[in-house]
Amino acid sequence: MMKKTLLLIALFSALMGSNQHSYAVIEAVEFETKKQEQRYKVLIDQLRCLVCQNQNLAGSDAPLAKDLRDITANMIKQGDSDATIKAFMRDRYGDFVLYEPPFNWSTAFLWLGPFVLLVLVSIGLILNIKRRQEDELFKPTHATDDAVRIKVRNLLRDTPSIGADSVIKPNSDNKK
Amino acid sequence: MKLKYIIPLIVFFAMAFLLAKGLTLDPKAIPSTRIDKAAPNFTLPVLSSEAEQFSPSELKGKRWILNVWASWCVSCRYEHPVLNDIARAGLAPIVGLNYKDKDDEAAQWLKERGDPYYKSVVDQDGRVGIDWGVIAVPETFIIDEKGNVIYKHTGPITRELVNAEMLPLLTANTSAPSNN
Repeated sequence: MMKKTLLLIALFSALMGSNQHSYAVIEAVEFETKKQEQRYKVLIDQLRCLVCQNQNLAGSDAPLAKDLRDITANMIKQGDSDATIKAFMRDRYGDFVLYEPPFNWSTAFLWLGPFVLLVLVSIGLILNIKRRQEDELFKPTHATDDAVRIKVRNLLRDTPSIGADSVIKPNSDNKK
Repeated sequence: MKLKYIIPLIVFFAMAFLLAKGLTLDPKAIPSTRIDKAAPNFTLPVLSSEAEQFSPSELKGKRWILNVWASWCVSCRYEHPVLNDIARAGLAPIVGLNYKDKDDEAAQWLKERGDPYYKSVVDQDGRVGIDWGVIAVPETFIIDEKGNVIYKHTGPITRELVNAEMLPLLTANTSAPSNN
């Protein structure tokens, strides 16, 4: 058990190590303020590397990713907003450059699909439960129409109650 | 009641259809954002004639091809004969965007393999490439008379591709000029 745990820790730290290595490729960028540096880090985390496609700008050492990081850094230094920088990238590379797809017609199903499905399934479930609860006697017994209610009452009166003596011993009545 | 038991079958076939459709799509393809929009403008020095500048406005009123290439790009070797063919046929002027290359190596490349380009412009830092949304060299664009991008292909072009996709766009305009 102890050995296994140690092995797991070793494996995990090896993985962490290799991960840190991929980040070490990124060149250091000097910013005037801490806030700018923070924005830079968030942005290159949210923008996708077009070459590798499954990495963000922060984790890629592709030349294009470096160029796009430079542009991001320069735009931040020039005072451009995050929205402007993202718009710059989207103009050139489309929505794909954003890791989080924006809401529009082509992504509406992606964003709303799960909720639509949830609502549909909930409605189906509620209807199903209601249908099971309302057996054929439920509605007539709660009817506002007097004629229907009288009919139901007569039906109920004529129906022997389950467990009553008259049902179990039908012959006892005849003897009397 | 019977319909109830058919529904899972319908759902199964719908999913199978969508998954099969998904297999035919290329998940790596990134559609160009520039299609049917004005081609990004630039002014860059011409390769092997640094004093000269080229800008897309020079070819306004003509249908032309922008081909992004580099001497370090391996798949550019495969498409180069195809570019030579297009130039020889005089289908449209081809402008080369020499992407992040060394001038002497680029000139050497053209000397060895033939120069299909109307002009090759030098994009040393790749900024013009970024404006055009270039992801990987080679890439080929077609720009129409109004200066709008009407076609983009990522990766090397082949004769089949030229015949099937590019030729109809290039011959749609009867006044296609020949420059080489």
